[in-house]
Amino acid sequence: MTMYLVIAVVILFFLVIFQIAKASEYVAVLKGEKVSKLQSNKINGFLMVVFLIVGLIGVWYCNELYFGKTLFKYGSASVQGEKVDSMLWVTIAVTGSVFIATQILLFWFAFKYQEKPDRKVFYFPHNTNLELLWTVVPAIVLTVLVVIGLRNWFSFTGEAPKNAQVIEVTGKQFGWIFRYPGADKELGKKYYKNIDNASNSLGLVWDDKMSHDDIVTEQTVYIVKDKPCKFIIGSRDVIHDVGLSQFRMKMDAVPGIPTTLWFTPKFTTKEMKEKTGNPNFAYEISCDQMCGNGHYSMKGIIEVVTQAEYDEWLSKQKPYYFAAFPDKDPSSAPKADSTTKKVAVVAPPPSNSQKI
Amino acid sequence: MSNEVVLDSHGSASIAHEVHHGHDAHHEHHETFISKYVFSMDHKMIAKQFLITGMFWAVMGGLMSVLFRLQLGYPDATFPWLEDILGKWAKGGHISAEAYYALVTTHGTVLVFFVLTAGLSGTFANFLIPLQVGARDMASPFMNMLSFWFFFIAGLVMLSSIFVETGPFSGGWTAYPPLSALGSASPGSKTGMDLWIVSMALFVVSSLLGGLNYIATVLNMRTKGMSMTRLPLTIWALFFTAVLGVLSFPVLFSGFILLIFDRNFGTSFYLSDIFVNGVGALPNEGGSAILYQHLFWFLGHPEVYIILLPAMGMVSEILSTNARKPIFGYMAMIGSMFAIAILAFLVWAHHMFVTGLNPFLGSIFVLLTLLIAVPSAIKVFNWLTTLWRGNIRFTPAMMFAIGFVSLFISGGLTGIWLGNSALDIHLHDTYFVIAHFHIVMGVASMFGMFAGIYHWFPKMYGRYLNNTLGYVHFWITITGAYLIFWPMHYEGLAGMPRRYYDYSIWESFKQFSDLNRFISTVAMIVFATQLLFLANFFYSIFKGRKLMVKNPWDSTTLEWTTPIKPGHGNWPGEIPEVYRWAYDYGKDGRDFISQTTPVGADESVH
Repeated sequence: MTMYLVIAVVILFFLVIFQIAKASEYVAVLKGEKVSKLQSNKINGFLMVVFLIVGLIGVWYCNELYFGKTLFKYGSASVQGEKVDSMLWVTIAVTGSVFIATQILLFWFAFKYQEKPDRKVFYFPHNTNLELLWTVVPAIVLTVLVVIGLRNWFSFTGEAPKNAQVIEVTGKQFGWIFRYPGADKELGKKYYKNIDNASNSLGLVWDDKMSHDDIVTEQTVYIVKDKPCKFIIGSRDVIHDVGLSQFRMKMDAVPGIPTTLWFTPKFTTKEMKEKTGNPNFAYEISCDQMCGNGHYSMKGIIEVVTQAEYDEWLSKQKPYYFAAFPDKDPSSAPKADSTTKKVAVVAPPPSNSQKI
Repeated sequence: MSNEVVLDSHGSASIAHEVHHGHDAHHEHHETFISKYVFSMDHKMIAKQFLITGMFWAVMGGLMSVLFRLQLGYPDATFPWLEDILGKWAKGGHISAEAYYALVTTHGTVLVFFVLTAGLSGTFANFLIPLQVGARDMASPFMNMLSFWFFFIAGLVMLSSIFVETGPFSGGWTAYPPLSALGSASPGSKTGMDLWIVSMALFVVSSLLGGLNYIATVLNMRTKGMSMTRLPLTIWALFFTAVLGVLSFPVLFSGFILLIFDRNFGTSFYLSDIFVNGVGALPNEGGSAILYQHLFWFLGHPEVYIILLPAMGMVSEILSTNARKPIFGYMAMIGSMFAIAILAFLVWAHHMFVTGLNPFLGSIFVLLTLLIAVPSAIKVFNWLTTLWRGNIRFTPAMMFAIGFVSLFISGGLTGIWLGNSALDIHLHDTYFVIAHFHIVMGVASMFGMFAGIYHWFPKMYGRYLNNTLGYVHFWITITGAYLIFWPMHYEGLAGMPRRYYDYSIWESFKQFSDLNRFISTVAMIVFATQLLFLANFFYSIFKGRKLMVKNPWDSTTLEWTTPIKPGHGNWPGEIPEVYRWAYDYGKDGRDFISQTTPVGADESVH
C-alpha cells in the first residue's frame, strides 16, 4: 500500500514540476526572451558559485565522516604497505591541489563571466607559452609520480627474501585452500586431474615424496609476524583474486598460471584487535575478481601469529598425505613407517604434471 | 546517391547538382512511413533512431542499477513487489545473488555499449557529421541504415537473454573466461552467455559499419573550403572515435570468436587446469585465461575513449558557443585528441596489473598510462581558458558542458592513482575503481550527451526543450552524481571489493552499510530525475516551443545555415561554401561570424 502511495506522490511531484516549468516558459515569452534569459542566467551563475562552495564543504565533510572508516587511520599492517600509503599521500597532495584549483577556476569563471549586456569578450584563440606551460608542468609532475610508483612496484614484484615463508594459496568456487611445504621446505608436485574433493583437494601427486609432508588447510592460514611471507597463488577453476586490504596487496589466482605475492606482516591479529579496538578484527582475504554467484562470500582468514605460536600450531598439523591414506599415519598405524618408504621409491611422476 | 554527394561536396559539377535535386524531390514525394521513420536512409532520422533506442537502453540500464542498489542499500529489507516483476529471481521480495550479478553485468554491458557507444556516437556522429562538414548525407546511407538495424537486433538479442531460464550472463561486463566459458561454473554462462556473445557480435558489426561510414564522410565529403583544420572540434572528436572503433572492435571480435570456440567446440584457447565442482577435471590444457584479457582490453581501453571523445568534442563546441569566445588552443585540442587516440591503444594492460603480468611490462604500461594525463590536462586548461573573459550564456547545454568539465577533472585525477601500478595493487577492483570510471566515463559522458541533446534538439525537431526542466535536471543530476560517487572513493580506500552481493559477513567492509543506504537513495532520486528529462524530451518533440530562427544559439557552424526543418539532403539549394574556422566568436567586436562568411579585408589576423 505504502508502495502505491509513494508512487502516487512521486508522480504528483513530477506533474507539479512539469507544470511549473511549462508556466515559466509562458512567463518568459510574455516578459520578453531577453529579460528572462538574463534573469535565469543570473540565477544559474549564482548557483554555480553556491555549488562550488557547498561542494568543497561537502568534500571536507565527507572526509570527516569516512576517513576513520578507511584503513588509513591505523596505517598499513605490512612493511610493503607503508610504501603504498606514503605514495598515496603524495598522490593525494598532487591530485588534491589540482582538483581544488581547477574546480575553483571552473565555477568561479562561470560565475564571474556570466553574460552581461555590456561585456566585451576577449578574443583569445591561442597562446603558445600558456599551452607549453600546461603541457610541461603536468609532464614533470607525472614523471615524479611515475618514478616513485615504479620504484615501489619493482620492490613489491621483485623476488621475495630468501628467508620468506612459502605458502601455496589456491582459490576455488568459493573458498581458499592453503598448502605448507612441511618439513622438507619443498612443495610437492600436483596435477589437476588428480583432484578429488574428498581426499585430494589440490590434486597432489603422491608419487612425488615431496608432497608427503605437505600440510593442507582450508579457509584459515597462519603466518608469522615480521617474517616475509610468500604466497604462490593458483586457482582450481575460474579466476579469483587474493585481496589483502590491510596489507595493501592483491594478486589474481589464475587457473594454469601460478602467480606470486609477498609481504611482511607487522602486527599479529591479536595486536590488531587491540589497535583497532575491534574484538572481531580479522585479516580477511577477499576474492576481488568476479568468480560466480558466491563471489561475495569467498572469504579466507589470515592469522598473523608470533613464531612461538606458529611453531606450536604447526606441531599439531598432520601432513595431508595421511588424510588420503589414513592407514599410513604413524599415529594411527604404528607399522606404517616401512610402507611410506616403499611409496617413496616408486616410479617418477607423470611427465605432464606440474612442478610448483 | 553517394557518388552524387561526393561530386556535390566538391561543388565542381553543376550537372550533378541538378541530378541530385531531381533525385531528392523524387525521394520526398514517394516517402512512406516505412521509408521515412523505419528503414530511413536519412542520417538525421538514423541519428534520432539511435538516440531513442539509446534512451530505451539507458532507462533499462538505469533501472537495473536501481534494483541492485536496492540490494546493496537495503540488504535486509524485503520488497514484495520485486517478486511481482522478477519472479523467481526475487523470491520473497529479496533479489537473489544470481539476479544481482545478472543485473550488474547487464547494467555494465548495456550502458557501455548500447548507451554510451551507440547512443552517444551513433546519435551525434550521424546527426552532426554531414551537417557540420557540409554534406547531404553519409558516404553510404545504406550502410548507415544497416548500422542502426544491426544495433537494434543486438539489443533485441540482449533483451531476449533476460527471459532465458538460466538467466542472462552474470559474470561481469568484461566476461572473463573461464567463468564466461563454463556453463557449469555459473548458470549465467549457459544460454545467457551465448545470447550475450551473439548480441555483442552484432553490435561490433553495427559499430564497424557506422565507423567506416563516419571516417569516409569526414575525409571525403567536406564542402568546398572546409579544410580539416576548419572542422569544428565535434567532427574531429567523432572522427577519432570512429578510427578507434574501427581499429579495436575487430580485436574484441576475435577474442569473442575464440571464446565461442572454447565454449562450444572443445578448444582450449583460454582454458587450462580446471576442475569444476560437480563436474570434475576438464580435458582442456595449455590455454591462457589471460590471453582473453589482453584481447578484451585492447578494445576495452580504447572503448573508454570511444565513449569520452564525442563528449569532449561536443563540450568544446558548446563551451565556445555559449562563452561567445573562440575555443582556446584549437590546434592543441586536436593534437591532444590525437595523442589520446594513439595512447588509447598502448595502455590496455593497466587493467591487468594484478594478473601476474610481467612486472617490467607493467612498468611500461604505467608510464604510458600516466602519459595520457598530459593531453587530458591540456584539454582541461584549454576549456578553463575558453571560459575566462567570456560572456557566458547558461543555456541548459552550457550547464551540462560545465558539469562535464567538473566531472572530467574529478574522475580524471583519480586515474592518476589507478594508473600507477603500485597504488593499483591496493585499489584494484575496489569501489575506488567504480567511483573513478563512473565519474570520468559514465557520468561525464552522459553529461556530454545531455549537453549535445539540449544544444542540438532545436536542430533535430525544430522546437526547444523546456529550459526550466533542463536546469532542474542539471542541478539534481550533478549534485546527485557527486553524492553517489564521491563517497565511494572512501569505500575503495578501505579495500571494499566491487561486485559483492552482500557485505554483512565481512568484518573489514561492513562499516559502510549506512553509506550504502545513502548512496542507494540518492541513486533512486537521480534516476527519477532522468525520467523528468525524458518527459521533457518527448513532450517537447510535439509540444515544445517552436523555433522561429534558423540559428538559435548564434552559432558559427554549418548546421545552423540549414532550414529550421531540413529535408533529406539538408540544404535546399547548393551546399554553402566555407571560408573560415568554426570559432570566430567575439572577433573584432562582432558577436559571431558564420563559417560561410567570406573573410573581410578589414579583419584582424591571429
